[in-house]
Amino acid sequence: MRTTTRLGVATLALGSLLGVAGCTSDVDDGTAVLKVTYIKTDAFTALDTLFTNVKTEFEATHDGVTVELLPVAGTDDDYATKLALSHRSAETAPDVFYEDTMALRADVEAGFLLNLDSYVADWDDWAQFDDAAKAAGAGDDGSIYAVSLGTDTRAIWYRTSVFEAAGIEVPWEPRSWQDILDAAAAISASQPGVVPFNLYAGTATGEGSNMQGFYQLLYGTELGADALYDSATSKWVTGSAGFIESLEFIDTLYREGYALSVAEALDGNIWQQVFGTMFPEGTLGATVEGSYTPSFWIDGGSFEWPEYAKEMATVAFPTQHGQAPGGVSMSGGWTLAVGAQSAHPELAFEFLTMALNFENSLAYVNENSQIAVRADVAADPSYTAANPFVGAVTELVSVTNFRPATAEYNQISVEVQKATEAVITGSLTPREAAAAYDAAVEAIVGPDRVITQG
Amino acid sequence: MRTLPLVPAVILMAVFLLGPIIWSLVGSLTNAALTGRAAADPQWVGLANYAALLADPVFPKSVGLTVVFTLVSAVLAQTFLGLGLAVAMTRASAGLGAVVATVVVAAWILPELVAAFVAYAFFSQDGTLNQLLGVLGLEGPNWLFSFPMIAVIFANIWRGTAFSMMIYQAALNEVPQEITEAAMLDGANGAKRLVYVTLPMIRQTITTTLMLITLQTLSVFTLIWVMTAGGPGNDSATLPIYAFTEAFRFGNIGYGTAIATVMLAVGAVFSVVYIRALRVPRERAA
Repeated sequence: MRTTTRLGVATLALGSLLGVAGCTSDVDDGTAVLKVTYIKTDAFTALDTLFTNVKTEFEATHDGVTVELLPVAGTDDDYATKLALSHRSAETAPDVFYEDTMALRADVEAGFLLNLDSYVADWDDWAQFDDAAKAAGAGDDGSIYAVSLGTDTRAIWYRTSVFEAAGIEVPWEPRSWQDILDAAAAISASQPGVVPFNLYAGTATGEGSNMQGFYQLLYGTELGADALYDSATSKWVTGSAGFIESLEFIDTLYREGYALSVAEALDGNIWQQVFGTMFPEGTLGATVEGSYTPSFWIDGGSFEWPEYAKEMATVAFPTQHGQAPGGVSMSGGWTLAVGAQSAHPELAFEFLTMALNFENSLAYVNENSQIAVRADVAADPSYTAANPFVGAVTELVSVTNFRPATAEYNQISVEVQKATEAVITGSLTPREAAAAYDAAVEAIVGPDRVITQG
Repeated sequence: MRTLPLVPAVILMAVFLLGPIIWSLVGSLTNAALTGRAAADPQWVGLANYAALLADPVFPKSVGLTVVFTLVSAVLAQTFLGLGLAVAMTRASAGLGAVVATVVVAAWILPELVAAFVAYAFFSQDGTLNQLLGVLGLEGPNWLFSFPMIAVIFANIWRGTAFSMMIYQAALNEVPQEITEAAMLDGANGAKRLVYVTLPMIRQTITTTLMLITLQTLSVFTLIWVMTAGGPGNDSATLPIYAFTEAFRFGNIGYGTAIATVMLAVGAVFSVVYIRALRVPRERAA
């Protein structure tokens, strides 16, 4: 049986060799094609703008090089699937691609990403990146595989007029989960047509439902930053009361009708309605969203809404009972990487550095409302003045959490999403969903890598 | 030498049919994944994927949903509706027959994706159905969410009936006029003629059509994916949807192929049953 696997691998390897050989002949006649893969949707065009500009600049300075832009229209999950499939053959594998920090370590293990250690060593701009950004592009082996485009934090975004109409004092400063429920109840009672407080859940929104949902709760429970993954022992946490209580909170929000309807929550494109219609029309009180929120409303954004600056406000998500550090945030971010099967790794890295140089980084970070990771960009006046919320969301870096940077993380993330979906659809109680999650985690990482925090 | 003309067909079958089947079988015995270490270096896990399937609560549910979906929307509804329409149209006036045929066939000629969007637009919260109900003063539920299986079953009946109808129409036209007339002279009424004369004569067509629509319906993917994506939860996740979700949404290629292999087996069992049913009358004739 094992020989068959080898045969399969050999066939694949032969295929990639042929592919590489095919590409190499391009170089001989002085031409090369660089394939660049990224996400582009109606609501997310910032990266397309960046790459279109860099393509023009790069082709002008590199004779015989053609940059082929291959945008993928789809959700983050669709993109991850398509990207992984494209890496299965050198024919389709991109040279430069947009990579989620969440999938990075698993993709490194799968052999999709080129080790960039020797490349960044000779790159002057590398010193501009802060340490957290450098770490975001590292694999399990500590080598650098990708370069950060920017990071983000998450907070509650709320519409002040809805809160005022419910008799809640603005600026609103929730101290605990109970404060959220109280505010939601007040909005619900005073404005029947308004969704009081949304918190994403379920598998349809993918990783977003964890980052803009469950983790905001879990990381604010008793175990805090170690609630999902115990950093001291490098083990995954199971059986914690915080996990069940977080699910119970989600259960309450959805059951009481404070959040979106379950049907809406299970629509993967619902976030476009949240930004595009619900907030501008005042039919939503609050939602948990990323620091990039203003990018949709600013001039040139996907859902332009000039009044957002005075209609909206942001505040940190509270911890369960108001315990230290008082607020919770989650950080993620996306990177650019070079394909391990690229026939032109030097050119590909050069393209990457052009896309991430000072001017292009600044333009991208401002258009996409990202939190800058380059020191020179962060210090630029146009960055701090890009929108009225830059200061507030950047401050959240002090209470922010990062997801466990391990290769099995993306599988665990799916299990968390399944647990929240089971709770909001009512197919499992919070306690049952937590037990199912515990069993799934143990099956993924093995009993030795699990710690029970009863 | 007499088998020589078959060689190209056999080679095509081997490459495009046998190849993927073997690939699926081999894949289901590994822990192949979309990403991570198992993507670079899949390991043999033997029957572990199948053992996990048996312990997975979603699997029996998915099998049940597939059986219900196939039985209700294909075997029962499409056959009865298709045959009924075909019989009715042999008696209807040419004008009415043409109108009915156009309406029914319209659903069939639409590309699957378009048909799926049409069905989605019909059943969704603010869709055509609920707007029609609204005219009557009724407030319809969110069909795709509250009754996902009913919605996809109706959509599949709407889309698939034309196929059986057309085949039965062709078969009914082949039934010799003299035989029905003879039965009529013997005093058989309409229903008796249908049951004792017409149906036995088109028996082979019925079996073939049943086999085709069963296999087609077992593998329906686009329609359900567009309408409900298998949700809410797994409430409309038939085997094709479940296999796709596991393999490409959650990245467990090995597990997904194990589900696909089970699906292959189910399809094979159905085929064998139907093929045997087809063979019996020939043996008698010989």
